[in-house]
Amino acid sequence: MSSKKSGLSSIGRKVLMALTGFFLMFFLLQHLTINLMSVFSPDLFNEVSHFFGTNFLIQYMLQPVLIFSVVFHFAWGLYLEYQNTQAREVKYAKYKGSANASWMSRNMLISGLAVLAFLALHFYDFWIPEINTKYFHGDMSGMLHDGEGMRYHIELVEKFAHQPMRVALYVGAFIMLSLHLLHGFQSAFQSVGFNNTKYTPIIKMLGNLFAILVPLGFLFIAIYHYNVHPH
Amino acid sequence: MNLTLKIWRQKSANVKGKMVDYKVADISEHMSFLEMMDVLNEQLVNGGEEPVSFDHDCREGICGSCSMFINGEAHGPVKNTTTCQLHMRSFNDGDTIYIEPFRAKAFPVIKDLVVDRSSFDRIQHAGGFISVNTSGNTQDANATAIPKHDADLSMDAAACIGCGACVATCKNSSAMLFTGAKISQYALLPQGKVEAKDRAQNMVAQMDEEGFGNCTNTGACEVECPKGISLSNIARMNRELLSGSILG
Ligand code: HEM
Ligand code: SF4
Ligand code: FES
Repeated sequence: MSSKKSGLSSIGRKVLMALTGFFLMFFLLQHLTINLMSVFSPDLFNEVSHFFGTNFLIQYMLQPVLIFSVVFHFAWGLYLEYQNTQAREVKYAKYKGSANASWMSRNMLISGLAVLAFLALHFYDFWIPEINTKYFHGDMSGMLHDGEGMRYHIELVEKFAHQPMRVALYVGAFIMLSLHLLHGFQSAFQSVGFNNTKYTPIIKMLGNLFAILVPLGFLFIAIYHYNVHPH
Repeated sequence: MNLTLKIWRQKSANVKGKMVDYKVADISEHMSFLEMMDVLNEQLVNGGEEPVSFDHDCREGICGSCSMFINGEAHGPVKNTTTCQLHMRSFNDGDTIYIEPFRAKAFPVIKDLVVDRSSFDRIQHAGGFISVNTSGNTQDANATAIPKHDADLSMDAAACIGCGACVATCKNSSAMLFTGAKISQYALLPQGKVEAKDRAQNMVAQMDEEGFGNCTNTGACEVECPKGISLSNIARMNRELLSGSILG
């Protein structure tokens, strides 16, 4: 037998989805850790934010990987979903998807698109102002205009304090993220070929914990700043 | 019991089909689903109509040819059961039952409920075999010791009857469970190791060429498979393919 492989197989396509998914989950964990500091120690949050926002390696090495992962993950996800719709030309008159698979696993596109819509808001809130300050105004100091302390914590709090609509949008988005990860976490392991009678149940359990606790953590932070810091 | 049946009728591969309603009366709950279809067909023939074409052969759950999509599920509502082993006691008097062919671009309809599953044969031909010396000195397979655990897993994978329920069920029309089972049954045995790398690459390449969709790990195939083939076979296929293409 000889090999007649050409191009990227359907399994290769799946693995790329999983690898970008893994990277995004790692990023979420790191993002959550920093955000939690905003609740417990505004000073520490300021310092760490400043470090991450100005460190050369993070800005020019990790940030591009992150941007690539986000764009690749959703563009590739859309492309694969399109291919999948093409694989069944005539639809069933009656199709009982709930009989054999979870809602989460069948609707990764919906939860993913909801997260994507949220990312647009999130970039508008934080990322664009940040890039603007740092790279267009050249202000890398991390200080407030009046020089009275650092800006990161105040900017975060301002976004949520007395902003019920924004907090509600964040809450909705994190619920969708949770649904995405309830399937995605364990799915990514299966995609890279990891399935084992001993460890798969543990991975599924860890996946459920991750998918619930991480979004809950972000939610807690948004609601905390909504309530605790009246203007 | 009396039933309303909504059945996909399509004269041939190239014409459009549609769902058509039929009524059957006095169906015994002890009948198998295919016997109920036989009653309907007798009724149609007596009335001068074309009977509904459907695939069947063994009628004992081992050949994999029966293939209906019943009330939104491949082989109907009962788990680990082929359509021929499904009984009318799983339904109630007065029910409306949808009966459709297994749908996928890679399984084109030939007529009514009969689909062409030769794409599965071509995947199998691409690598689902081992090469042995047939010059008269063929070694007895039992001369090679195989760990019980591996032999059991291989037998479980080999239980796949190639029915196509996994594809029909999958929202992506992916053939990963079938292909994973066919690759695994050899990958687990020493006799299959020789061609393991090319087998995985060639069978997956053929699967892709046939136009099946991409797997998203929903697990629906495993639930609807009449032979209980496990998702772990898909993960094994992924490992076989990845180790082959990364390690070269
Ligand atoms: C922080 C954001 C995100 C994280 C952490 C994340 C994580 C994941 C993970 C771990 C998987 C499973 C990969 C696999 O099955 O191998 C996945 C699948 C998927 N993601 Fe995301 N994702 C995110 C955002 C998005 C966005 C914005 C979209 C936009 C459309 C999206 C669309 C999809 C789709 C369609 C799948 C299904 C593919 C499959 O199950 O194989 N995701 N995601
Ligand atoms: S894996 Fe199961 S559902 Fe798929 S073809 Fe084999 S026996 Fe049928
Ligand atoms: S007719 Fe053989 S498995 Fe159903």
